[in-house]
Amino acid sequence: MSIPPLDDRMQRLTAVRPRLLSFARLHLRHHAQAEDAVQDTLEAAIEKQDSFSGRSGYETWVFGILKYKILDTMRAQKRQGTWQPLEDEGEADDDAIDRLFQQNGRWLKEARPVSWGEPEAAFENELFWQVFDACMIALPDNVARAFSLRELMGLSTEEICRELGIKENNCWVILHRARLRLRACIEQGWLTEEAS
Amino acid sequence: MIMCRRATELMSQRLDRPLAWPERLSLRFHLAMCGACSQCNRQFDLLHEAGKRFEPAAQVQEQERE
Repeated sequence: MSIPPLDDRMQRLTAVRPRLLSFARLHLRHHAQAEDAVQDTLEAAIEKQDSFSGRSGYETWVFGILKYKILDTMRAQKRQGTWQPLEDEGEADDDAIDRLFQQNGRWLKEARPVSWGEPEAAFENELFWQVFDACMIALPDNVARAFSLRELMGLSTEEICRELGIKENNCWVILHRARLRLRACIEQGWLTEEAS
Repeated sequence: MIMCRRATELMSQRLDRPLAWPERLSLRFHLAMCGACSQCNRQFDLLHEAGKRFEPAAQVQEQERE
């Protein structure tokens, strides 16, 4: 794959911008900071076009730049102390999980997961993504941060621990909570909407 | 014998680290008997997959690697 011509690149950057922005927003949970990260990314993509090797797709390359920008911004957030300590939400969040299960560890009847149908059908459904987005936003910051680094950015739990300054064991606990909360939220939001 | 709550921990961790064989075994055993947890397991997989779909070309990349 060769480097696309300038007009084409501009068009493709414009086209991918909304996806970059929603990706950045899910990670940073701060609209202005997400806008900045995307703006920096677009500028870098134009300035450093020579470093695009053509080995990956152009959009993938641009996403790669955005990932660096997001991690930079997160590190700055962390340095500035705008993050709540993880322990604060840890206990409150345990309650949220407790509400899903009976004392003996079985699902509560009303919390029992039901079928979502075929994954492909979900992915092709615009509504699924709207609910996914809303449910991500509804997660507590700390939980969402770990989840987005793991599942959207694809970092290993070891890398996430380094970024967030937590122990790996804690990371697994947080990801477990994130997945349980997300699935419950999506099931409620999505299947209710589908039925209506 | 593990219960649903513990089973969801294992099905989550399965996506983040390789499970030890006793863990794999008890999870598989539980899933075989528990419909709700089997659904939950599929949904965790789906969320795992959904994250990758965010990037436009991620799928293509995956296919290339295979």
